[in-house]
Amino acid sequence: MKKSFYRGGSLVAGALLAMGLVGATQAATELTVYTAVEAEDLKKYAARFNEDHPDIKINWVRDSTGIVTAKLLAEKENPRADVIWGLAATSLLLMKGEGMLEAYAPKGLNALDPKFRDKSNPPTWTGMDAWVAAICVNTVEAEKNKLPMPTSWKDLTKPVYKGHVAMPNPNSSGTGFLDVSSWLQLFGEEGGWAYMDALHQNIGHYTHSGSKPCKQAASGEVAIGVSFAFRGAKSKASGAPLEVIIPSEGIGWDMEATAIVKGTKNMAAAKTLVDWSITEKANKMYNEGYAVIGIQRLAKPVEHFPDNIPQAMIDNDFEWAANNRKRILAEWQKRYDSKSEPKS
Amino acid sequence: MAVTPSSLSAPVRPLKPKASADDHVMRLFILMIGLYLVIALALPLYAMFSKSVFDSEGAFVGLSNYLEYFRTPALVYSIQNSLFIGVITTVITVSVAFVLAYGFTRSRMPGKPIFKTITMIPILMPSLLPGIALIYLFGRQGVVKWMLFGHDVYGPIGIIISEVFFTLPHALIIIVTALSIADARLYEAATALRAGPVRIFFTVTLPGVRYGLISAAFVVFTLAVTDFGAPKVIGGSFNVLATDIYKQVIGQQNFQMGAVVSVVLLIPAALAFFVDRLVQKKQVALLSARAVALEPKPNKRFDMIMMVYAIIVSIFILGILGMCQFAALFKFFPYNLSFSLKNYQFDLMDGGGWDSYFNSIEMATYAAVFGTIIVFYGAYLVEKGKGLGVIRGAFQFLAMLPMAVPGLVLGLAYIFFFNAPSNPLNVLYHTMTILVISTIVHFYTVAHLTASTALKQMDAQFESVAASLKQPFYRTFLRVTVPVCTPAILDISIYLFVNAMTTVSAVVFLYSPHTTLASVAVLNMDDAGDIAPAAAMGMMIFYTAAGVKILHYLLSRGIEARTQAWRISSAN
Repeated sequence: MKKSFYRGGSLVAGALLAMGLVGATQAATELTVYTAVEAEDLKKYAARFNEDHPDIKINWVRDSTGIVTAKLLAEKENPRADVIWGLAATSLLLMKGEGMLEAYAPKGLNALDPKFRDKSNPPTWTGMDAWVAAICVNTVEAEKNKLPMPTSWKDLTKPVYKGHVAMPNPNSSGTGFLDVSSWLQLFGEEGGWAYMDALHQNIGHYTHSGSKPCKQAASGEVAIGVSFAFRGAKSKASGAPLEVIIPSEGIGWDMEATAIVKGTKNMAAAKTLVDWSITEKANKMYNEGYAVIGIQRLAKPVEHFPDNIPQAMIDNDFEWAANNRKRILAEWQKRYDSKSEPKS
Repeated sequence: MAVTPSSLSAPVRPLKPKASADDHVMRLFILMIGLYLVIALALPLYAMFSKSVFDSEGAFVGLSNYLEYFRTPALVYSIQNSLFIGVITTVITVSVAFVLAYGFTRSRMPGKPIFKTITMIPILMPSLLPGIALIYLFGRQGVVKWMLFGHDVYGPIGIIISEVFFTLPHALIIIVTALSIADARLYEAATALRAGPVRIFFTVTLPGVRYGLISAAFVVFTLAVTDFGAPKVIGGSFNVLATDIYKQVIGQQNFQMGAVVSVVLLIPAALAFFVDRLVQKKQVALLSARAVALEPKPNKRFDMIMMVYAIIVSIFILGILGMCQFAALFKFFPYNLSFSLKNYQFDLMDGGGWDSYFNSIEMATYAAVFGTIIVFYGAYLVEKGKGLGVIRGAFQFLAMLPMAVPGLVLGLAYIFFFNAPSNPLNVLYHTMTILVISTIVHFYTVAHLTASTALKQMDAQFESVAASLKQPFYRTFLRVTVPVCTPAILDISIYLFVNAMTTVSAVVFLYSPHTTLASVAVLNMDDAGDIAPAAAMGMMIFYTAAGVKILHYLLSRGIEARTQAWRISSAN
């Protein structure tokens, strides 16, 4: 009798206890790695790394550049990431300014193109590859809507493209931010905002992710997507009727880069990963998707990539972009994010 | 979703004896489950309210966050937009549902069980899924794009169609219930007085269901205003309150502003909730013990019209469902329509891959098992326990509260409460446990009402007799109460399972890299532009929920035959 009482009564207690135990298993060396690398590449990156270092398990936290950046900043007091592998250099510069990154000179640093490293010594971050802006145009839709092929950024402001252009919101997307910061550098502060005012008239919608405009262009959901070359080349390879355009004024670009988060409890493993991230093997891996990489002499041409990319890349001032990021984003939001009246 | 109290007999209060050992044990348990609700509901909500009056550095700023909010035109537009969506959706859904419910209860149209099943389908899908289907149906490459006459589906049109789809079953359940309790004697009287069918409709039928209609309208309005899936997928640049919370918190990590928008969103939801409770009470008073059930008479023309109408609604629902499945199977819509399974390679996409799907099943199972135990035992203690009147009252209030709290608000409240460095419970943050806890709380009210209704139907004499035979309460509970209430217990667990599979709103703030969920994966894949895989994952959720529902149907038939035979004999 007494026994059965305890069984009945402990049902709830047991249940609560069991709930507390769920999901509390952890292995020996696991690294929490924050990244904005395209989702389809993450498995490959981890697998290649594990070929050389099977003892370190990577737990990815992936999101758009803006979101990963915001998340890291929000967790500043209580960081949950060990390593950042594959985030915009402008974002890392911002974190460097906040004192959130551990300075470390990875093995083989000298082989790296000097552009592809933080200028401090030892550097707080090292570059992987450059990702460059590009315009994705759906040729079928362009023909259907009688849209001429754009060749420059300025072309996109022509009335004929009204409603046919999608671009990423720079507040959440790193690609969106490199577009905006490159326009401000190309056309000057005033000219840049005037350009965006005109472009805004033609934008059908702003997306949250930098690859979405190109994916939407690939599926014909929009005719023209302001995105980045890697995405365009990938979509083209999978059979989309897509043209990847490098605008004549020059293109904004940013580096994907790697850094150790200050305060990590797994410093040894973190260093191993950062060492590996600039090896020749890693660079060849980046080269499978990106034309411009940290050790440029290893670079081979990438299929479906326009070949004039290195020449078109503007002389990007990352320090300026990082220092002005907050102001630029606030101004952008004030001007364009309120496009939300009920449509009549 | 509302549950109609079906306690026709007044509860019989036993005499008040001295508190026994049993009573003490029961009081301990009610305090324990009450504590669960306080920790998992009241404290997080409190944390959220307080967050809205502090700045990001943690200094008290009074209402200045609110002032900033109302000074930002983009954010204030969202209030208008949300109200607009809410009102239009309510009008359309309630009208559509009323005619359908009328057909189900007042006609003898053929195929009723089939139509009833089809119209319940939307409950088994995440609210993101109709939005995705609409892109394929009415988007720039939409297969039936011409139906919109050149209007853009991205924006209010898309949101409203999605919300109508998503809220229809909820309205239908309420209105069908309201229409089924009609008293045939009223209709006989009206006919005898030579009132025509139109007159009868306006003087007997409509007044009879007015509370049901009001209740349905408020439920639909709340669902449409607080839903986040549809506006996220198909809203384009049409911002609403729910997407604002998401943008502020996830996009900009601006937690204070997220808290402010949450409080704003809480107002219409809470208002709708209180009106609904008020109306529910009046509805009960309409019932009379001597009512005679209304049996619809055959009328060929009317039955045909009703059936055609039901077919049209079914085509709408099945069209959306079918489009999602086809979209998931096309190789590269719209340029390559050969079939392939490449969209099921979730591991190559955002959202956590196939792990998310299995995590969701795990989470839903835990929520169903532990949720049912907690909810049913809690309801039992409230209904059958003795003493501690104040605490039982407070418990009842806490059990009803989740209905008024939108999922996004609950999820955000959890971040504030459980991620605070000073909270010893912050070990739960980023675990499966917190997802289970939040899901149980999120869907607590309907589950609790189902349990209470079933328990109220049981005669209080059982407990008195058991006590006089010196049987401990747990024996009565396990030997009598649980078997008698098995159908309700099954209903609760299925309800929790299905909702845990489909919900996005609360968990979108709480999942971690180890505990990604299928519904959130749908959201994230759509966000990255991979809408075909998003549709594929959404359909996986649907098939799972539908499978469980079918299993439940078969199971409950078996169990009812074994445990519910007494109902038939007592009815005779």
